[in-house]
Amino acid sequence: MIRLEKRPQPSRLWTAAAPLIAVVLTMLVGGIMFAALGKPPVEAIRTIFWDPLFNPQFAAYSRPQLLVKAGPLILIAIGLSLGFRAGIWNIGAEGQYIMGAVIGAGAGLALYPSESVLIFPMMVLAGALGGWAWAMIPAILKTRFGTNEILVSLMLVYVAESILASVSSGLLRNPEGMGFPGSRNLRQWEAASNQELIAGTGMHWGVVAAFIAVILAYVLLARHIQGFNIRLSGEAPRAARFSGVNPARIVILCLGIAGALAGLAGLFEVTGPAGQISIDFNSGYGFTAIIVAFLGRLHPVGILLAGLLMALTYIGGELAQLMLGVPGASIQLFQGMLLFFLLGVDVFTNYRIRIGQGVAA
Amino acid sequence: MLRRTLLATAAAAAMATTAFGAEHAEKTKVGFIYVGPIGDGGWTYEHNKGRLAVEEEFGDAVETVYQESVPEGADAERAITQMALSGADLIFTTSFGYMDPTIAVAEKFPDVKFEHATGYKRADNVSTYSARFYEGRAIQGHIAGKMTETNKIGYIASFPIPEVIRGINSAYLHAKKVNPDVEFSIVWAYTWFDPAKEADAARALIENGADVILQHTDSTAPQAAAQEAGGIITFGQASDMSEFAPLPRVSSIIDDWAPYYIARTRAVMDGTWESTDTWDGIGPGMVGIGEISDAVPEDVKAEALAMKDAIASGEYHPFTGPINKQDGSVWLAEGEVADDGTLLGMDFYVEGLTGEIPN
Repeated sequence: MIRLEKRPQPSRLWTAAAPLIAVVLTMLVGGIMFAALGKPPVEAIRTIFWDPLFNPQFAAYSRPQLLVKAGPLILIAIGLSLGFRAGIWNIGAEGQYIMGAVIGAGAGLALYPSESVLIFPMMVLAGALGGWAWAMIPAILKTRFGTNEILVSLMLVYVAESILASVSSGLLRNPEGMGFPGSRNLRQWEAASNQELIAGTGMHWGVVAAFIAVILAYVLLARHIQGFNIRLSGEAPRAARFSGVNPARIVILCLGIAGALAGLAGLFEVTGPAGQISIDFNSGYGFTAIIVAFLGRLHPVGILLAGLLMALTYIGGELAQLMLGVPGASIQLFQGMLLFFLLGVDVFTNYRIRIGQGVAA
Repeated sequence: MLRRTLLATAAAAAMATTAFGAEHAEKTKVGFIYVGPIGDGGWTYEHNKGRLAVEEEFGDAVETVYQESVPEGADAERAITQMALSGADLIFTTSFGYMDPTIAVAEKFPDVKFEHATGYKRADNVSTYSARFYEGRAIQGHIAGKMTETNKIGYIASFPIPEVIRGINSAYLHAKKVNPDVEFSIVWAYTWFDPAKEADAARALIENGADVILQHTDSTAPQAAAQEAGGIITFGQASDMSEFAPLPRVSSIIDDWAPYYIARTRAVMDGTWESTDTWDGIGPGMVGIGEISDAVPEDVKAEALAMKDAIASGEYHPFTGPINKQDGSVWLAEGEVADDGTLLGMDFYVEGLTGEIPN
């Protein structure tokens, strides 16, 4: 007989090993899936995990692209992880990301074509504010009226998408764009563009901000009293209340940080890799970041690694489509497996398997 | 050194490989970037049929690659760059949103030829191409105007861009011509491909009394919704969608990209490729009219086919005056024909349409 027995303490070994085992299992089952699709499994897995880093034809381009793709994921996931640790479930980072981009780009475009050096810093501030303000809606509704932040933040994503569609075909539309939707290209306006800091490295301000966020989050959680309060609120809400932690303040703090970081990610994206506000500007970073946060065990360093791994599967997945002709949907399946196996393997962090006759309880 | 290898180096290397390959009469590599999945049954499906036609035409002399469901944002530029790095000689980017990324990548790969569908920015190595779908819309409008019984026609529009607005105007003008009582209700779906959203839009229009559904989105979901409701007629969009014939689908506009893709691939092989702007319609065969089903009365069918021939021969232009704009001001005087510039930037409704173009 096999049964699960709850561990007295979560296993440290399994906490660290679970992501690795999940990756290995994903490779195995993913390989079987590719084989079933009639594609060479080993080659497909190699293309996804190896080629973006080491293929002589692509690596010089795709290695920096890893940072470009991972930057916004890490930035958003760091913000989300603080809330998740405190038991505050902000599912609407996608909306905060959109609003950061819209408000930031809008603030900049209002001053077009100024060449002042202050434009970009001002846009960064406006972007953070936009994301923060959007996150304050679920925060205030929760603290004042006890609404559920999961539903409110998620629903606000669809509102933000509609605002995005509206401004890209109206308010922020490029007046020289022949009536097509989409704003001016910010990358072609030097004062507002988020260029690569060192050519060919993929390093732009958004990636720098992501690294800074990782360090600050680490310090906050390990050293700062608010970090302790956040962890306590999630792990022992009653104890937190008894020790004088104000739950409303934690909600406002966590949603605020998450919103501001998502807004920043949106702003750096719209001024850099995306270049313009358009109807399809958002490409799911806000949702993927949720996976990244959990894959990284809600730990700043873990999130950094998980963001890079996720970026690798995206770029490797694109290469696999290109070189092996695997369908796009199979790559999404592959990424889905990663989270599925992680959650599955996670059981062993809290439980152990007992084989044979257990002791009668 | 390795870590510092810059994009430029990589690009140069890729070009060197291409040049090396050409000397050895290697295959011409043609790439396609798709906005939807190749099984969407509409827009991307037809582009992919064009790709398969290229393979069939040139056999072993070409190799084609594609990437599907590429988002129109930051990811597009990477997808196009990787395709160029993989040694493609000619790349078709098949959606409007790829315009700026295509231009940006083309600057870095001067020896690779790019073709961008439905955009307006060109460069020495970037051509644009599109089809005059509004010609097909005129024929749809005619059939719709004749066949509607409730005089209410529903229109599922995607994005408020000139191409879509042109289609609405063209369909409306020709429906109105044969049925002065006709009314159009337009739903903006803000998507090219979202079966659930498209089906919802179709159902809402049908509930409001529309008995003809026109769509400018790419999935077959509105067809299925109309079939479910019964007594509704629809038209296939981008692809024939003949699995819904004879009812609800009574005809269709088919995008036939194959002749163009074959011609452009041949031009690259011959070394005669030049940056051009192509906007073809029914005449050259880029826009096809799917078989008009038996659900359409014989006389209406004959009229529709006559209009198709007149458009194909250039005898009739769907935007021939007198036509007023929505606000009542004169756009085209009696007998005047719209110029391409105005059509390409069309951002107004014609007189009689209600509602506003969303901003």
